[in-house]
Amino acid sequence: MSGFVLRRLGFAVVTLFAVLTIVFFIVRILPGDPAMVILGDQASMEAIEQLRARLGLDRPLPVQYLEFMAGVLTGDWGTSMVSGRPVIQEILKVLPATLELTFVSLILGAVIGVPLGVWSAVRRNRLPDYVTRLASLLGLSFPAFVSAVLLLLVFAIQLNWFPVISSGQGTTFGERMRDLALPAINLGLIMAAYITRVSRSSMLEVLGQDYVRTARAKGIEFATIIWRHCLRNSMIPVVTVVGLYLGILIGNSVLTEIVFNRPGLGKLIVGALNQRDYTMLQGMMVIYTFIVVAVNLLTDLTYGLIDPRVKYK
Amino acid sequence: MTAPAEDLRHAYWRTTVAAAWSGLIAAFNANKTSWVGLVLFLAVCTIAVLAPWIAPYDPVDQSILYRLKPPTAEHWMGTDYYGRDILSRLIWGARISLVIGLLAIGAAMIIGSLIGLIAGYYGGRADILIMQTMDVLLAFPSLILGLIVVAMLGPSITNLVIAIALTAIPPFARIARAPTMTVKEREFVEAGRSLGYSDIRLMLGHILPNILPEILVMGSLWLATAIRVEASLAFIGLGVAPPTATWGGMIREGFENILDSFWLALFPSLAILIVVFALNLLGDGLRDAIDPKLRGEQ
Repeated sequence: MSGFVLRRLGFAVVTLFAVLTIVFFIVRILPGDPAMVILGDQASMEAIEQLRARLGLDRPLPVQYLEFMAGVLTGDWGTSMVSGRPVIQEILKVLPATLELTFVSLILGAVIGVPLGVWSAVRRNRLPDYVTRLASLLGLSFPAFVSAVLLLLVFAIQLNWFPVISSGQGTTFGERMRDLALPAINLGLIMAAYITRVSRSSMLEVLGQDYVRTARAKGIEFATIIWRHCLRNSMIPVVTVVGLYLGILIGNSVLTEIVFNRPGLGKLIVGALNQRDYTMLQGMMVIYTFIVVAVNLLTDLTYGLIDPRVKYK
Repeated sequence: MTAPAEDLRHAYWRTTVAAAWSGLIAAFNANKTSWVGLVLFLAVCTIAVLAPWIAPYDPVDQSILYRLKPPTAEHWMGTDYYGRDILSRLIWGARISLVIGLLAIGAAMIIGSLIGLIAGYYGGRADILIMQTMDVLLAFPSLILGLIVVAMLGPSITNLVIAIALTAIPPFARIARAPTMTVKEREFVEAGRSLGYSDIRLMLGHILPNILPEILVMGSLWLATAIRVEASLAFIGLGVAPPTATWGGMIREGFENILDSFWLALFPSLAILIVVFALNLLGDGLRDAIDPKLRGEQ
């Protein structure tokens, strides 16, 4: 077991370095010079040179690379060019709100998606299956901001059940949940669409296995076979895919936060874009890299828990 | 070419390439939802092509007197904050969505497939290195990557195409690699090699036609994603600059008036949804049908 964990951990560290290197180069090789982007076309050459010096962009690339890496690892991600505060502080301030939203949505997605997918697989090629498949395909066709706008129109504006702007600052549990409800439903339904589809196809594959036939021949009740024998085996691909769809989840969380005006990484990144806060943007890419690598590591370790066979591969 | 080689070529086409393509066509016929998707998508393409002739008004023509009018007989979908006709903007906006989506996915398909072909064909260390890089890129949120690239390059059609194409290369590399690894072991590739064909000829002339149906099916699914990402970027404010009509941009503008004029955001939302759903219907039905694991399911 510990060998497996160590191997995955090692791989995660390598991936982290690889992505951070990509982030470093993306910010630097793209034709737009950050200093020029920040100051605009009218800026004088001296001003641009000064800013380049302040950002450390005038130094040789290898030196910049080492400084960037050292900074990232020691928690020095630079200071925001707009607020003047350390980037890492600004990010950590809003990170809990984003994590809360994505975590609740993921649970919501799994709670809706897994049973629907199983049901659809068991009733394969019958009405419930067709309806579920079409509905889930429709669900994953929704750009997150479109569904968010529609939810807002119906439930916050027409029916007035939820606040139009979720401040995310509610003090009591009830207030927090009311703020969280619509954004989480929005993200959760889209996640449910993805999870339904993977659960269905994974369940179909498991249902065709010999041991399922054996269990049925032995006269075990069908529901027991599904929940005790099939579900655990079919969850491995589901966990992988949830890890793979993390990118989509993050993108959707950004859009959801913007529509519901909820504090979080999404609002931070858009603010940084509008104000050309280049150090903040770089910091955002670093934090997303950390999240992606951490979740991939977690999904890898989760299969180990669900399926003991994985560890020995 | 001598006669035996001629025969070999015919046999090769009959047994491999023709089989792969007829599989795709059969999948199409067996799958009614794919047809629905294709017809819907082609309808939107037709509307986009005919935009100058069918749009009732100029999409950027402002009219202060007709600001924020709800749908009427004159303006079927109402007018926006500047008094522009929403239906006309929607029709013209289809062009932007489709052009950016098709160009980006076309580029990603070509570059990604070549990367996958090379990785799958040569195997070994190069393969591991290439695919590891692709996996890392795949893990990175495409919207965030697109956002950064467009923010650095500036929002224009070309830059949006570059940004979206970049995010779509890894999946195509993955899709092209797996079948390449199996196809390269087949007899006809062996035969070609023994005839002294070059690697490039084998890859492009013999392996590519076999894996193309699969790549095209993924292309339709990723086109859906590309259109969604373009709309999302436009919604964030990184789309083709106003006053050009883009669907994401229209929702962005409509969102500012959502409390009193909901139709501004509603119609472009539906338009995006229809196109993305149509492409997903098309690609999803076909993927199920040509996926050997799921074959026979329909």
